[in-house]
This record gives sequence, C-alpha cells and structure tokens, in this order.
Amino acid sequence: MNAPVPPPAAPCGSIDLHQEHGQRAVFCGLTGIVWLHRKIQDAFFLVVGSRTCAHLIQSAAGVMIFAEPRFATAIIDERDLAGIADANEELDRVVTRLIERRPDIKLLFLVGSCPSEVIKLDLSRAAQRLSGRLAPVRVLNYSGSGIETTFTQGEDACLAALVPELPRAPAEAAPSLLVVGALADVVEDQFLRIFAAMGIADVRFLPARRAGAMPPVGRNTRYLLAQPFLADTARALDERGARRLAAPFPLGAEGTTGWLRAAAEAFGVSDDAFAAATAAGRARAETALALHREKLAGKRVFFFPDSQLEVPLARFLARELGATLVEVGTPYLHRAHLAAEIEWLPPGTRVTEGQSLDDQMDRCRAARPDLTICGLGLANPLEAEGLSTKWSIELLFTPVQGYEQAGDLAELFARPLRRRAMLEV
Amino acid sequence: MQLTLWTYEGPPHIGAMRVATAMNGLHYVLHAPQGDTYADLLFTMIERRDARPPVTYTTFRAQDLGRDTAELFKAAVAEAHARFQPQAMIVGASCTAELIQDDPGGLAKALDLPIPVIPLELPAYQKKENWGASETFYRLVRALAGPASPRPDGATRPRPLCNILGPTALGFRHRDDLIEIRRLLDTLGIDVNVVAPLGASPADLGRLKDADFNVVLYPETARSAAEYLKKTFGQPFTQAVPLGVGATNRFVAEVAALAGLDPAPVLDGPGSRLPWYSRSVDSTYLTGKRVFVFGDATHAIGIARMAARELGFTVVGLGTYSREFAREVRAEAALHGIEALVTDDYLDVEAAIRAAAPELVLGTQMERHVAKRLGIPCAVISAPVHVQDFPARYAPQMGFEGANVLFDTLVHPLMMGLEEHLLGMFREDPEFHDGVGPSHLGGTPFEAPPVAAPEAAGRAPTAAPPTPAPVPILLDQEVPVTAASWAPEAERELKKIPFFVRGKARSNTERFARERRVPLITIETLYDAKAHYGR
Repeated sequence: MNAPVPPPAAPCGSIDLHQEHGQRAVFCGLTGIVWLHRKIQDAFFLVVGSRTCAHLIQSAAGVMIFAEPRFATAIIDERDLAGIADANEELDRVVTRLIERRPDIKLLFLVGSCPSEVIKLDLSRAAQRLSGRLAPVRVLNYSGSGIETTFTQGEDACLAALVPELPRAPAEAAPSLLVVGALADVVEDQFLRIFAAMGIADVRFLPARRAGAMPPVGRNTRYLLAQPFLADTARALDERGARRLAAPFPLGAEGTTGWLRAAAEAFGVSDDAFAAATAAGRARAETALALHREKLAGKRVFFFPDSQLEVPLARFLARELGATLVEVGTPYLHRAHLAAEIEWLPPGTRVTEGQSLDDQMDRCRAARPDLTICGLGLANPLEAEGLSTKWSIELLFTPVQGYEQAGDLAELFARPLRRRAMLEV
Repeated sequence: MQLTLWTYEGPPHIGAMRVATAMNGLHYVLHAPQGDTYADLLFTMIERRDARPPVTYTTFRAQDLGRDTAELFKAAVAEAHARFQPQAMIVGASCTAELIQDDPGGLAKALDLPIPVIPLELPAYQKKENWGASETFYRLVRALAGPASPRPDGATRPRPLCNILGPTALGFRHRDDLIEIRRLLDTLGIDVNVVAPLGASPADLGRLKDADFNVVLYPETARSAAEYLKKTFGQPFTQAVPLGVGATNRFVAEVAALAGLDPAPVLDGPGSRLPWYSRSVDSTYLTGKRVFVFGDATHAIGIARMAARELGFTVVGLGTYSREFAREVRAEAALHGIEALVTDDYLDVEAAIRAAAPELVLGTQMERHVAKRLGIPCAVISAPVHVQDFPARYAPQMGFEGANVLFDTLVHPLMMGLEEHLLGMFREDPEFHDGVGPSHLGGTPFEAPPVAAPEAAGRAPTAAPPTPAPVPILLDQEVPVTAASWAPEAERELKKIPFFVRGKARSNTERFARERRVPLITIETLYDAKAHYGR
C-alpha cells in the first residue's frame, strides 16, 4: 500500500510468537489517569484504593506534579475493611467533599483498584447512586486494577465505560467517522484537516476534550482505533452498532497512510482525492524520517513489554527506519486489532507475549541490542550495564501519531543513540 | 476512607524496599500484583540507582485468585533464591496480597531454604513507609544480630567502635550525611564498625554487637533497632540528631562521652561557617522572618530549632506527617510557643500554611507546590524525595558542612537583604516595581504583553499586574473573607509599600479593620494596623 520505503523482500506475517509467564514489570491501569485527566479537561479521576495506588500515581506522574491535580485517591483504611465504617457511606462522604472543592468538575470517574476489586466494592452501584445525587455531574466507574489491567488497558477500561453513555446517533444519520483513543489535541487537529481535505467532514474523537461534548454513536458510525490497546472499547462500540475499520495504526508515515486509507475506502474517497489530501504530509514525513534513518538503520532493537504499542512501533522501526528487531515484547497481543501490523513485521520476528522479567533481562543482556525500549524501572539499570534505552512511557505522553510527528517519533528512538555518541564521560 | 491528593509516605512495603535496596546480599520477595512493580522506578529513576532493587514481585492476576496464589508465591521465593543466591531473604505482602491472606512467612518457611528467611508483617491499611522501614530494619536486626551477650570490652581496642544506624536507600540526603558523620567520628578518634542498613550485608548485621555504642541518625528508621540492640547487647545510642551547629555540637559531645573521648578536637576545630554568616550584618534582614516548617519529625524538629536559634527566624508553624513522633514534635513546637500540626493530609497542611501566612516555607515537595501557589519562597528540607533531592554535588544536611548547606538552603529563597533595602528605597521606580519581571529574565512583565515603546512604560507604572490568582480552595473550616473597602488615598498609600510585603500589609490591615468593625480603611487604619502587627 504505497509504502514510502520498499517492503521487505521476503513475505511477511510469519512471526515467531512466544508466550511467557512469570514476573511482570509493568504499570497497572491506574497509570492511564496521568494522561486521561489532561485529555478530558473537566473530568476528575477518583481512585478507590490503597496508599500504594496513591503512591503509584504520584510516582508515575513524576515531575508532572500539578498544584491542583484532577485525580485523587480515596484511601481504604482498616475501618473500612473491618466493617466499622460503611464503605459506601465513606465513599459518598469523600465524593461530596471532592465535588464541593471542585465545582468545575462535570464528569467523575470512580476508578477501581486491586484492593477494591478483591474486597468486591461495587463501584458501578456507587456510581449510579452518586450520579443521581450529584446531577448534573455524571459519575462513571471503571477498573484500573493491576490484577485485571496492565498500563494502557486503563485507558481502554475508561473509554469502554464512556461508550454506553454516548448519545445515540439517529438511525438515518449519514455515515460518520469516530477516531477512538486519546490523542494529543494537535494530532487530532491535523487529522481533522486531512479528513476534511478528503471530504470526510463528520469526524469525532473519543474521548472528547470535554465531558459534555462526547461524540454520538450509532449504526452509521465507522470507527478507527488510534491506539492498539482498546479491545474492550471496540467491543462496546460494536455493541452500539458501530463498525470498526480494520487498519494499521497511525505511527510512522506508512502506518498513517494505511490508517487514513482505511477511512478513505470506507467513505468512498477517490484515489486522487486521497493522494491529494495526503501527499504533502507524506512528503514531509519522508523528509523528516530520512534524517533519522541513517542513525537507526541496521540498529538492533529490543522491546520490553509495556504499553501494547510495541508491535506497531517495531513495525515502524523495521520498515521505515531499517532497524533490526531482536525481540518485541508486548503484555498482550490483540491478534485481530493488530492483524495488519503483524502482517507487516519482518518474517521470523520474535514476539513475546507476557513476561518473565529475569529471563527476559537475561536475553536482553545476551543479545546486547543497540537500543532497548523499556519501562521506567528498568532503563537506568540497563544503561548502567552499557545498553542504550528509551523509556516507553514517553511514547504515550508525547504526540507521536500522524505524518507531522513521524520524524519526532523516530527522533525519540535516535536520541539515546545520538546522546551516547556525544558523551565523552 | 481518606481523600488523598498527594501522599507524604508510601505504603509500608516501600519502607521495606528502602531497607532491602540499601543492603547487599538481601533479597525481598513481595507478594503483590503487577502494578506494584512501579516501586522500581523510585530507586532507579528518582535515586538514579544503577540496578533494580533486589525485589521479586509475584505479580499475581485476577485469574490467579481463583487458583493458587500461594503456590505462585512459593515458586517466586524458590526461584529468587536459586537465581540471586542471597545471604538472607525477607518476605511479605503488599496491600492487595494482605487481603488474600496467603501467609508469606509460613509459605516461605515451608520451603526450608538454607538461609534465614525473615517474614514481615506490615499492615498496609494502618501503617506507612517510615514505619515499614523501621519495622523491617528491626526485624532484620532481631533475626541476624545473634543472641544476647554482654557489651564488648572496648578496652583492648586502640579506638572506640560504633555503628551508624538509619541511612536507607531513597533517604533524604542520607548518602552525604553519612560521609559527613563518618568524618566527624574519625576526627574524634572513633572507628565505624557497621553502617546499616545502607551498604550492610546480612552477615554485617551479625557484627553489630561488636560496637561500643550506636549512632542513630534517623530515628524514624533506626530507633526501634537501636532500642533492641541496647536491650540485647547493652549498647547505648545517641539521642542528638546533628542538624544545625548547636545540634552538631551536642551530638559531638554526646558521642565523645559515649566513647570516653575528649570532644575538643572537633569542638575547637573550624566547625561551620554558619555562625559567622548568620552574625554578619547582611543577615540582619533575616531577623524574625516568619517560617513554617513541615517534614518528617527528625528534619522538622532539627530545622525548626536551627531556624530559630541559628538564623533568628520566628517559627510560626511546625508540623510533621510522622505520627509516630508526634510527641517529640509537639514538645518542640511548645518551645516556639506554637501548637504542632500532626497530619498526613496535604489539604490540612495547605490550610495551616495559609493561616500562618509565613514568609518562608521549609517543607517537602508538597509544600513547595503549596508555597508556589501562595507566592511564598520555599526550600525543601525533608522527604518525600524528588529527583532534585539527589543532587550531583556533595550536599549533606548533617554535621558542620550540613549546617553550611542548610544556611544556603534556607537563605537563598529569600530575597537578599540589600536587594530588599533597595527595593524599599526605589519602591515605584519605573525599572523596579512589581509590573516588571525579574531583570535576569529580561524584565518583561509577568502577564502583560511586552510594552511596545520603552518611553510609554517610563513614568507611570501600571497597576500591579495580576500574578495568576491561586485557585480558591474551599475548605470546611475556611472563614469567608469579606473585605472592608479601601479609601482611595489608603489604597494609594498601600501601593507605596514594597510589593513583596504589600500582600501581607493588605491582609493584615483588612483583618485589623474587620476585627474592629472599621467599615472604611483609611491611611490611619493602615498605619494603626502596621503598629498593631509591627514586630
């Protein structure tokens, strides 16, 4: 499909898939709050959990400490566990205090955690009860617990909780396009311009930037996943009658083109109109990528499992930048949503689903890759062993999708190598 | 349930990790879901450690709950032992695993490993990080220090021998405090037997009993262990925490007495620059600066005392999140004529700072944010730690060099005295008023767009540009503010007061007027209030 670089000579699609069980080193779904609360600007995320949950979010938020964050934790204490305090009354009290403090909040998520799941605190009933009491503030719930979700699955759970609340698009409505998955505002605006140039005018995003502006959904909704970790959200949208457009993910020029083309085909955009709408972006992406290709071509790359973005990122590194994939770890491989991506991976690519941390670190040390993409906890130890690393969480906080960001994305991978080459100490 | 925006301490197993990570040859198996593995980054990113903490997490998942999480735990312990070959292990549960009650201690014991395996009971829904560190260190010492024996006879040794207890991984300036205290002890003629937990192995804990006495640097983590060592081996331990010049002198005298040595080599030595810096005339502007101190108990007490006695500040607020040391903090607050704030609720601390209206906040990263919102200078003097709290340079807080560092730390956020004096002189000078940004940042106004023509900006300084108003925080106990109205001439007079104290002058005057039911604030009211609140 009009790939800006020649496709690999051998046929694709025959990956070397391994499944691993053991110790994992990934965040839980609560971490998604760190970017979701920036995206939905009048939403508040209240974790119902332990001090560990509160500590996790503030540690993951790291330097991004906001004076008045739109997230907090209702910390369960021994009185709640012993039944001395009624957990539901306690939750109502905490939520009431919160909403009094923050009258600007329009949407409140009660976010379940490992402890709240284990003690079977029914947050969906609590959300219903509080929705009635706090109207017009809407109260929804989802689980970000680490026994059920890894890292980016928290966003999936959050968006899946939003879907039943979305307004119903009229049955006779003209087909509309929904882009699903949190993207930076600037990326959304770029995509809107490209879709408009193709003649697709009715394009909405989930999540919207404000609680009151969530997109309608119905039988004539066609949706494109912008992120590869949205299995539950997709299922919920399917239940509302929406239809998913199978596509690669908009990472790199090739992925972006494939992703846009899926929409173009569904909306009957002519090849000429498609080419006209995308030509400039593709050309700019190609120029930007060329700068980094010489740095990354032939470099051996190792992915630890983290965000589920690993497969599309690996595809981008291999096909558009000429890198060699040593191992592509991913916490979970959604075979349907990633079908196009898997097809594009070089044949024989080792993909590891799940994790056994110490074994994987042994493999990484033995392979001595030129670049290792891993979570925050592992980066410095691997650097200290002489490996160049890129911490993966930045790939979620930085705008990386679309043509205009293709070069930025490549630069994120090239920078650790460039830096290592620069330093004389 | 407690509404928590920020937490001062992590859960107690983080304290256990701080101990395990500080030591060598110890491994911690933590029964915990995968999300708890975030804790690695505290050590590898915030402290920039070059290795993963010696921790194995079981990372059980929902699907495991229906099966056998206990087997998962046993397998993790066995694998960790085989892979890492530690001298000893600690085992325990995080908050979620505590709920499923798998009994990590019993399960590990059943494996019958050839090394000491020490179970930790750290109640995650009652206790917090520092307690967890203290409990873990105490349990390790109990298990590994050996059976009770009389205090060793130090007479055969050329130099007295002590242990240093308390420094941990992720400790606030522990790395550099330790260097400073070692230097002090060496100058006194005392040898160090074991430093623990930082750098000690389980085997080293077996040698603790060889020392004549213990130096306790951080009571939050080491007091329980020191009390056990006193009871078991008759080792006395130090009470003075060497924060500030006075406390360092007391510490030196105490250590010298415990070692039976003359403290003179240190007390008569060059000491700290702080006394002279504090007496030099440029420091007179520090006199009576209102300071609010909040942190862990050790740092809050030590730094409040130093701020009052060695810098001439007035301590208007003193608090801690260390409930275990509430008594000590209350006693110290009483010496300053105030009531201590003992809370781990960030919102309470914020409210207390607003109410105390300090000119300087000495606190944690949380208070730095509060101070920023309130426009008050702030220095960070205590954990919870931030990547900035691990500076590349040598920056202890303890001992004489620590006093030098603290002098700089506490004074730099305040405007230099001479500058303040000049600001007073030039109040509404066109280049020197609150409408102009800091000269080192180009002097453009904070908020307003750049002024087109320099002449236009010349004569009439614009009214105080709005620095971003803090978001109003509605708290249950907050008194509604009904501002008395200002007569125009009083308002003009107020503008002549240097901008950095103008806010306080305004609020003091308004409070004065409110309390006296003065409906209109005149120039007279302004100066009456100034006389009333004048210090």
